[in-house]
Amino acid sequence: MSTVHRIEVRPRREAGDPRGAAACREAQSVGVEPAPHRIDAASVFLIAGDLGDPQVRRIADELLTDAVTEQSVVGAAEVTGDALVEVHPLPGVMDPDAEAIELAIRAMLGVDVTVRTGQRYDMHGVDAPAALAVAERCLANRVIHGLTGEPWHPESFPVGHEHEWAVREVPLRDLDDQQLAALSRDAHLFLNLSEMHAIRDHYLGLGRDPGEIELETLAQTWSEHCVHKTLKATIRYTGDLPNMGNRPGHEVHDDGSVTIHNLLRSTVAAATKELMADGIDWCLSVFVDNAGVIAFDDEHAVCFKVETHNHPSAIEPYGGAATGIGGCIRDIIGTGLAAKPIAATDVFCVAHPDHFERPPVDGDAQPLPAGCLHPRRILRQVVAGVRDYGNRMGIPTLNGAVWFDDAYVGNPLVYCGCVGVMPRDRVHGDPVPGDRIIAVGGRTGRDGIHGATFSSAELTDSHADEFSHAVQIGNAVTEKKTLDAILDAREFDLPGAGRTCLYRAITDCGAGGFSSAVGEMGEKLGAVVHLERAPLKYAGLDPTEIWISEAQERMVLAVPPENVEHLAAICARHDVELCDLGHFGTDDRGLSLNYRGTELGRLDMSFLHEGLPETVREARWTAPLAPAPAAAEPSPPHVAIGETLLGLLAHPNIASKRWIIRQYDHEVQGRSVVRPLVGRGGEGPGDAAVITPVRGSTRGLAIANGLATAWSRDPYRMTLAAIDECVRNLVCVGTDPRRVAILDNFCWPGCDAPEQLGALVRAAAACYDGALAFRTPFISGKDSLNNQFTTEDGRTIRIPPTLLISGFGIVEDIARCVTMDVSAPGNLLVIVGATTAAMGGSHCELLHGGGGELPDVDLDHGPRAAVGVHAAIARGLVQAAHDCSEGGLLVAAAEMAFAGDLGVHLDFVTLPTTGDMDIVSECFAETPGRYLLEVRRDDVDALAQHLNDVPFSIVGEVAAERRLTVAGADVDLAIDDLKHAWMGTLDW
Amino acid sequence: MTTALIITTAGINCDRELAEAFELAGSSVHLRHLNDLMAEPSIIDRYDLVGLPGGFSYGDAVAAGRITAQLMRNTIYPALVGAIERGVPMIAPCNGFQIAVQVGLLPGPDAGAVWPTSAPQPIVTLARNDSARFIDRWTRVEVPANTRCVWTRGLAASDETSLLPVAHGEGRFVPESDSVLDRLADDGRIAMRYAADDNPNGSVGAVAGICDGSGLVFGLMPHPERYTRWTQHPWWNRLAAADRQGDPPGLQMFRNAVNHAQRVAVG
Repeated sequence: MSTVHRIEVRPRREAGDPRGAAACREAQSVGVEPAPHRIDAASVFLIAGDLGDPQVRRIADELLTDAVTEQSVVGAAEVTGDALVEVHPLPGVMDPDAEAIELAIRAMLGVDVTVRTGQRYDMHGVDAPAALAVAERCLANRVIHGLTGEPWHPESFPVGHEHEWAVREVPLRDLDDQQLAALSRDAHLFLNLSEMHAIRDHYLGLGRDPGEIELETLAQTWSEHCVHKTLKATIRYTGDLPNMGNRPGHEVHDDGSVTIHNLLRSTVAAATKELMADGIDWCLSVFVDNAGVIAFDDEHAVCFKVETHNHPSAIEPYGGAATGIGGCIRDIIGTGLAAKPIAATDVFCVAHPDHFERPPVDGDAQPLPAGCLHPRRILRQVVAGVRDYGNRMGIPTLNGAVWFDDAYVGNPLVYCGCVGVMPRDRVHGDPVPGDRIIAVGGRTGRDGIHGATFSSAELTDSHADEFSHAVQIGNAVTEKKTLDAILDAREFDLPGAGRTCLYRAITDCGAGGFSSAVGEMGEKLGAVVHLERAPLKYAGLDPTEIWISEAQERMVLAVPPENVEHLAAICARHDVELCDLGHFGTDDRGLSLNYRGTELGRLDMSFLHEGLPETVREARWTAPLAPAPAAAEPSPPHVAIGETLLGLLAHPNIASKRWIIRQYDHEVQGRSVVRPLVGRGGEGPGDAAVITPVRGSTRGLAIANGLATAWSRDPYRMTLAAIDECVRNLVCVGTDPRRVAILDNFCWPGCDAPEQLGALVRAAAACYDGALAFRTPFISGKDSLNNQFTTEDGRTIRIPPTLLISGFGIVEDIARCVTMDVSAPGNLLVIVGATTAAMGGSHCELLHGGGGELPDVDLDHGPRAAVGVHAAIARGLVQAAHDCSEGGLLVAAAEMAFAGDLGVHLDFVTLPTTGDMDIVSECFAETPGRYLLEVRRDDVDALAQHLNDVPFSIVGEVAAERRLTVAGADVDLAIDDLKHAWMGTLDW
Repeated sequence: MTTALIITTAGINCDRELAEAFELAGSSVHLRHLNDLMAEPSIIDRYDLVGLPGGFSYGDAVAAGRITAQLMRNTIYPALVGAIERGVPMIAPCNGFQIAVQVGLLPGPDAGAVWPTSAPQPIVTLARNDSARFIDRWTRVEVPANTRCVWTRGLAASDETSLLPVAHGEGRFVPESDSVLDRLADDGRIAMRYAADDNPNGSVGAVAGICDGSGLVFGLMPHPERYTRWTQHPWWNRLAAADRQGDPPGLQMFRNAVNHAQRVAVG
């Protein structure tokens, strides 16, 4: 057996140790007592192989140590602090650096070695137990890391061993309900009783029991994550529902209840279908592929997908978020015949970082429930995960949001989106019988097993232990290499034939791994799979594990046999592994799963894809729609306008997200035209990003989102507000609202509760109404429906119903793009859209309390305002545009002022309003549908011509003096103070 | 017509915009995988310009650029030196710069001295940012008057437009010693500095980019290839018309090099 050699590398003292210093700052910020006053960081490399001392020394000097700033030792250096902690990935956990180091050593010495990397932290000012506590709180996660209090130098690495495997059947034909339920739970199938019945009955009909691999395949394919069975179910809904009888698939009963046949098809998808029948001809592929596709220009299409990766991110936020964005990128690569990813988005919902503390708690904070990571750590780590994966992939992360609500404490939400571009003749692909099933990219390991079923379950305080195998670390470089190879294969110059796509279909291995990818691609054809052909990360996987592993960075292609050789050559150039798993097409449309010459299972594709029993579910809506009586009272007199403005700017939902944005590369690929931060100096909060997907073209693509979680007590209005906000964000940069497509991402608490399903029905209804009103088709969507956390003492913490609307749209000419920073003194500020007195869900209420009514979304004025503002922008009549949303009019004006480094004088005397207003609601109401525009004096009349009778008025003037004033409200604040408040909160 | 070679490998991700910059400057471009060049280094002999693009080659394993540099040192280093001796301009932004200093292409031998036949020990490095964090922003940059660099000579830019985007986690320029820095400065081999108070990573001497003794090989942490159109400027819609005349500074650099390569090709 080969020896494990240990090498440590650390900075020379004079070179500084930024990593150690950052670790120390982090340790001090998380409140561990005592905290170290200094941390020295070192990298540890463990190398197993037949190497002589000179070779080890050479590896240390030439490969692992920077000659200018670092020093190394073979073995372990003396402890420099009072205690040390080492952090090493657990066996089987992806170690992305190790693979590259192995390659370099092979090139240097011609020797095959196995490498593991780790980190060593020497801590000053703490003893060993305290050092371990620091490491656990901010430097490592026991789900994926092993921690030691001394230098770790194993004699050998654990290796997987071949073990006996056998065709395993699961006897379930004789099981009663209780036993079926127990089987579902114990085997982590997460199938309900009627689904278990369907499976039992199917196998009773076949006269045999299912093979283990068959049962697993059914569980993966039928998981909520994969088939969205709740959204497709038949739902019996009781309660108020606006426009109840006006939607397809809604059967209204005499008692006022309604039966909805397939909620998704009757709302979200129905709107798209109606819009496509009514003149929208630019949707190229909706709801059927891994992403929705629309036309960009005559030659190109663009696609967009948004995914969530909530449960893994709760347990291991860094890896969860990284594999979240990695998976979403693969959806884009797996759309049509592969799109090139050109932009990424991210939206996080987390608990307020200052509201929780680990017990014992003093002060105002709440105790952090057992089994939850601290929200501050979650946010830091999810940002780091998206950063490291997105940046490495070379995809600019251009749009996002962060929403804070304490109900996300056990169940943070991580939305990752990706936009791609492709030639229009690459939008569709289908396999034909005889095509080879080719897997490319990463190897298959035990990681990520049961991710699909895990994500469909509810989290509890013990999930971190039970489901650590569902958590993974991504390897972005593997995905990038795979992408490079696939794009080469998509545009291959085939001798004699010219530009040819070497494959006929492609999809990614996401939830369910090969089982879902091959199962979906072969749905109409059947497939024969030989599982022993998949390259493995280590020995010892049984065939079922190979089949359902969700190991990252893998794609499956359907390749005509004659093209396999060309594809293999491309993959070899890019150091990408390729394997031939079998072929598509069987006589009986069966899915045959084989291992080393034995058929382990044979599933009927029709049962797999159509056998899921249709369920009828109860939904109920009982929440009072009338406002609480308190709302009728005048706003409390103690609301000081200036102080409130500063408080709102500092609210984490509104405060600058610069510390996140600046960690993301938003310039890579050179396509960015409007960035997330805008204005001179680049610190203003842009409404939407704009990129140029096609080189040499001045046509732009804008990307934005809408999220109105503060209104979650009425998901109907919440949803309309999110659509409205998303459209306004897009319009504000110059997007044509007639060319906007949107996506829905529902994150809901457990929908087995009729009240939660009722909330979902209301949100879906609003998707239909909003999409039709704005003429913005939904093209793709996803749902995550079990976002609640059960604490140790049995309490359930439900997230607020959360619907992210993401949108993208066409900007005809990027030269007409506008940003939100005011540009010149003397210009006027014009508000478009009426303000109402309803303060419900506003941030002013979050700050000062209150139970006001939620505003209505005006589906008549809103779309007209969008078209009108766009027309004005397209004609150059608008110098700056900003949507009025979180915080209200005064916050929007303040942001425009400090983004442009100028002042504004405001006067709301002519503000168009509805209802009884006071200065507080004028300043801080969050009435949807409003735009705040900077307009040259001479252009106001021309602007008015375009506004389609939507109310508007002049509410202020841009001033050279850098102050914000509000006439009649005794507000006179320095722009620097406003900006300071806004920049400070999340300056981590 | 000149042809530029752009060397890609696993994890390189700024190759397309680098190609576009060369093309906008009037050169044709070939992208070649490092694996092909390692197998046949003489491919490099066919080209008039060379680009080492940015990205995260091999995922920044060990340190940014380390694995790629190690692969190049023992394979294509002589061919790259041969190209420099032929008068081929080379640019190495960001990850390319990190690779170039570790291969030993930068800062290279003093002006007039010959290149060592095998890759020398690095004498400057690009260490982790002092913030220990990846940073993406535009920084103001300045070109020292005495620079030898053929890429940055005679750049025309105003205060508002003399910017370049940076996006990196390991860009802190550190020389082996003060005397190395002094020698580079005196010899005109500092090709670019961050403006005062706008040093994004703690670079010693605010060095953003350096060149070799011939002025042909230019490595820098910022990304000039992301600044070849005015709409790439971070507040282009607020620039005065006078500021937007002519080519953006990024494109000017590529024009300088392509023009130089054309003269070499003709001469």
